[in-house]
Amino acid sequence: MNTDNLSPIILTLVTFAPFIGALLLILVPRARDVRILALVFSLLTFVLSLHLPVYFHREHTEFRFEINRPWISTPNIHYHMGIDGFSMWLVVLTTFLTPLCVLISWHSVRERVKEFFILLLILETALIGVFTSLDLFLFYFFWEATLIPMALLIGMFGHERKVYAAVKFFMYTMIASMFMLAAILWLYAHTGTFDFVAIRDQIARGAAPSFPAAAPWLFLGFFIAFAVKVPLFPFHTWLPDAHVEAPTAGSVLLAAVLLKMGTYGMLRFNLGLFPQQSRQNAWWIIILALIGIIYGALVAMVQPNLKKLVAYSSVSHLGFVVLGIFSFTQLGLDGAMFVMLAHGISTGALFMLAGVLHERRHTYEISEFGGLASPMPVYAASFLFIVLASAGLPLLNGFIGEFLVLSGSFQAKAIYGILAATGVIWSSIYLLWMYQRVFFGKVTHTVNSSLPDLSGFEQTAVWPCAVAALVMGVAPIIWLAAIDPAVQAALAPFVHIASRMAGQ
Amino acid sequence: MNPNLNLWLIPILPLAGAAINGFFGKKSSRQAVTTVALFFCGAAFAWALLVAARFSSLTLPYQEYFAHWIRAGAFSVDFTFYLDQLSLVMVLVVTGVGFLIHIYSVGYIWDDPGYYRFFSYLNLFMFFMLTLVLAGNYLQMFIGWEGVGLASYLLIGFWFTKDSAASAGKKAFIVNRVGDFGFLIALFLLIEHFGSLDFSQVFYAVKPMPVETAGAGLLTAIAILLMVGACGKSAQIPLYVWLPDAMEGPTPVSALIHAATMVTAGVYMVARSHAVFDRAPIAMTVVAIIGTLTAFFAATIGIAQTDIKKVLAYSTISQLGYMFMACGVGAFSAGIFHLMTHAFFKGLLFLAAGSVIHAIGGEQDMRNMGGLRSYIPWTFLTMGIATLAIAGIPPFAGFWSKDEILWKAYQVSAVYWAVGAITAFLTSFYMFRLLYMTFFGDYRGASTEAHGQHAHAQDSHASPHESPMVMLVPLIILAFLSLVGGLIGIGHRFENFLAPVLGSAEAAEAASHSTELLLMAVSVALALFGWWLAYMLYCRRPELPQRIADALGNVYQTVVHKYYIDELYAAVFVKPLIDGSTRILWQDVDRKIIDAAVNDAGDGAEHVSDELRHMQSGNIRSYAAWIAAGGAAVIAFMIWMGVRR
Repeated sequence: MNTDNLSPIILTLVTFAPFIGALLLILVPRARDVRILALVFSLLTFVLSLHLPVYFHREHTEFRFEINRPWISTPNIHYHMGIDGFSMWLVVLTTFLTPLCVLISWHSVRERVKEFFILLLILETALIGVFTSLDLFLFYFFWEATLIPMALLIGMFGHERKVYAAVKFFMYTMIASMFMLAAILWLYAHTGTFDFVAIRDQIARGAAPSFPAAAPWLFLGFFIAFAVKVPLFPFHTWLPDAHVEAPTAGSVLLAAVLLKMGTYGMLRFNLGLFPQQSRQNAWWIIILALIGIIYGALVAMVQPNLKKLVAYSSVSHLGFVVLGIFSFTQLGLDGAMFVMLAHGISTGALFMLAGVLHERRHTYEISEFGGLASPMPVYAASFLFIVLASAGLPLLNGFIGEFLVLSGSFQAKAIYGILAATGVIWSSIYLLWMYQRVFFGKVTHTVNSSLPDLSGFEQTAVWPCAVAALVMGVAPIIWLAAIDPAVQAALAPFVHIASRMAGQ
Repeated sequence: MNPNLNLWLIPILPLAGAAINGFFGKKSSRQAVTTVALFFCGAAFAWALLVAARFSSLTLPYQEYFAHWIRAGAFSVDFTFYLDQLSLVMVLVVTGVGFLIHIYSVGYIWDDPGYYRFFSYLNLFMFFMLTLVLAGNYLQMFIGWEGVGLASYLLIGFWFTKDSAASAGKKAFIVNRVGDFGFLIALFLLIEHFGSLDFSQVFYAVKPMPVETAGAGLLTAIAILLMVGACGKSAQIPLYVWLPDAMEGPTPVSALIHAATMVTAGVYMVARSHAVFDRAPIAMTVVAIIGTLTAFFAATIGIAQTDIKKVLAYSTISQLGYMFMACGVGAFSAGIFHLMTHAFFKGLLFLAAGSVIHAIGGEQDMRNMGGLRSYIPWTFLTMGIATLAIAGIPPFAGFWSKDEILWKAYQVSAVYWAVGAITAFLTSFYMFRLLYMTFFGDYRGASTEAHGQHAHAQDSHASPHESPMVMLVPLIILAFLSLVGGLIGIGHRFENFLAPVLGSAEAAEAASHSTELLLMAVSVALALFGWWLAYMLYCRRPELPQRIADALGNVYQTVVHKYYIDELYAAVFVKPLIDGSTRILWQDVDRKIIDAAVNDAGDGAEHVSDELRHMQSGNIRSYAAWIAAGGAAVIAFMIWMGVRR
């Protein structure tokens, strides 16, 4: 029996398994069964998604597990899916985190349980779809489809200012996406297809005559949608609001996966379709990324609210990703991709851990805590481990990506690497200072002295992240082996541009 | 063909101990925790001894590949282990002294509720420190480098309910990160220009490069950036400020991490990179000046401190300065020699200080000590030997190594020698001051009941008591090493041993032997003078120091307050950073400009779309319904289109 006979349908299975789960949840009346079924389907999706790295040919730089069926003839939309070394790990990141989100929400979501888990599973399908789609229409469909469940998760299950945050998140990213939609429609009008691979080949062959004139605008159209999603400075202010109000699972997926849609988009579409424009615009994009790295860290440092602190730290971390992408170096792109995954794990875990405190005290204010290492030693140790991963301690996942990005951007231009490397100082300041204020010293609020330590459910949610952070730090080669060829393929047009420029 | 030494076992064994105690220690008995911690640390020491025994039969440098780590394009880093004379010395010092301090800690920390946590951290430190000294490339060295920083952070803040301890741990980590910033940039330069971080490849590539006599070039930049990293880890000017605060940690930690091993990592790294430094004369001068200045500067602070551990902390900074002075004048092996003897006598000084503190129930202020030699004679004896060693009195260990450094420094510049010799006088003075204030005169501590903070408060007796054997035996062994450890330097034996790695200073032999003897006599005389002065001021006429201090007024106050450097850093760096980030970046830029613009745009759109207001019921269910309806419509449309074709 050929063990890879799932190949043509595996992406469809992985993408829609959670959606099927969501449909089934509608029929389940009891809250407890809802939770169990949600867990089963999210775990099933994870197991299915492991098929991808197992059967992925690492040297293969074309898209794998492709399925390409005509879907709608006018307009010419195909059901075209496929993954490469970039998208594969983002899919696995999504499927890895969703069951953990189910676990962390097990007890904390008590009302409208069914709606919550339905939304969570629909969100998972939409997120996976973003990474597996190779048809621009399909991509755009999934892209916008992520907004609905996420906005509802924030708006229905969030905290005090949930409606404000949900609307701001929805409107801001929606409006930005309109620019991308316009660019996609232009591409369709001038190439007759939504197919990413076909459009890319047409552009490369010069088969779209009006393309060169429009390319700068098209580049910007895509870029604005992605920059808001990342979020790149100065488009970041929706993020802290969304995070503070979002329920824990929403925050986890928002930070860990949803933001990566933006950087993934840059990598896939801005670099893939517009290599020339990417080069030309790189300088100001890098400046924004550098500002984001330093500014995000400094603003994170002085946040009185735990979730806002982590949110601003995400602005800083995602700045590393954008910097790496627009450094156009092998190390920079490898690192950017690795930071995406590492940030997903460690920041996802940080939001779970923040949620643990909110569950007990209904606040994220750092000043409400202090001395927690005494009543909650397991929690404190787990938190420290994740903090160290996030601060980029070698042998944990944050270090590998950061080091590669820094080293790659240093090769592009020394000053980029030097400015960004100050991030290693800032991150240790904001993380350790926060850690000290939450965990060290004597317990200052008596209510905190009797807080229960991590529960079994919470441990099963957080510890897989800790293990992943360690494995990614010790054996990054597992991930890099697939990322590296994809980066080489992505950079091929740039080598071409560089050599052409040198030849002139 | 080299036999397989399985060097990887040396760091991994303590890691196993750390993991076992970290996960299971809480529920285990103290005996079980002790067994695990000592077994795995001792096994690493035993393995290191086995390696040393087979050392002469090896082709050096011995390299051992363990596993792939990072592959990115043409760049790759593996886990590799690298053994030569230099790393052998380091491994033996780290495992040997480390094992002794593990034993000592059993007695010291026995009553602490965090017993298992302490030993888990201590083993973890051993893992990272051994990774650092056995690494075969810079990035793996950086694992150890950051890892020992982590262990240091955890152990300084071991008594985390104390705010000062938690702050000191954080400060140590952050200041070290400032140094690591320089280290990282140096690594980027290495990658960019040599394509590798492997020691063998980098040094092979550097070897044919010319000495950068004309001006600063690539190698100078790399060397200075590496030195920035070393300044952080080895507490040199301007990044030394974390080490005195690090004394908040339990005293065995101060002995192991903040005296004998971790803080010498910077010296080791510079010596390891000597191929780069040798070709960067400007960088060498920078190293020598930083080392010399730090040695002198820290010694002056040391003479006015009253906390026994703070005196030793500034002394450590000062002695590390000597090691950098040695490296800066090209006498790398002299620096490593002093590193080794310093590990013996400074480790001993801290352990003995811990024994003193243990004896009198947690008191650290020397003004409340005095006359302890009759209560704790073994501690007194061993600490006395260590004091003679650090003061540079022959034939104790410190004399040989310090004299070697001063002699090599003299050959480069008499100024280095002069400052070094004055520092030797200061060293002798503050160390004998410590000894006299602690052990001579009358006991000034009223009672030992009052000092409840310390872990041993509950078993404090009415009068000072000698420490148990488990603590005394390490003291005695280290005292023996402080006594004879310098003798291996006679006849340049130590230097010759390291010569294949660090090169030998053959040219030095040409210089006059009589000059060497004269300089030696001068520095010994200065040390004896310091001893005498301390005797006069703190033993014969103990009322004099206060009068001198009063007479000096502001000068004395400035020294007592460590030249207000901490206050300066707080005012120049910390406060502007926090205030600026809070007020300008967050409240002004982020809220009043960027976010206000976003919200204004939203409000503007709202006015335009006033007609659509009736949709905005403000009811989240209504929003949800609208969104769901819209989504459903899109899906329905697409399915219908799909079905139709």
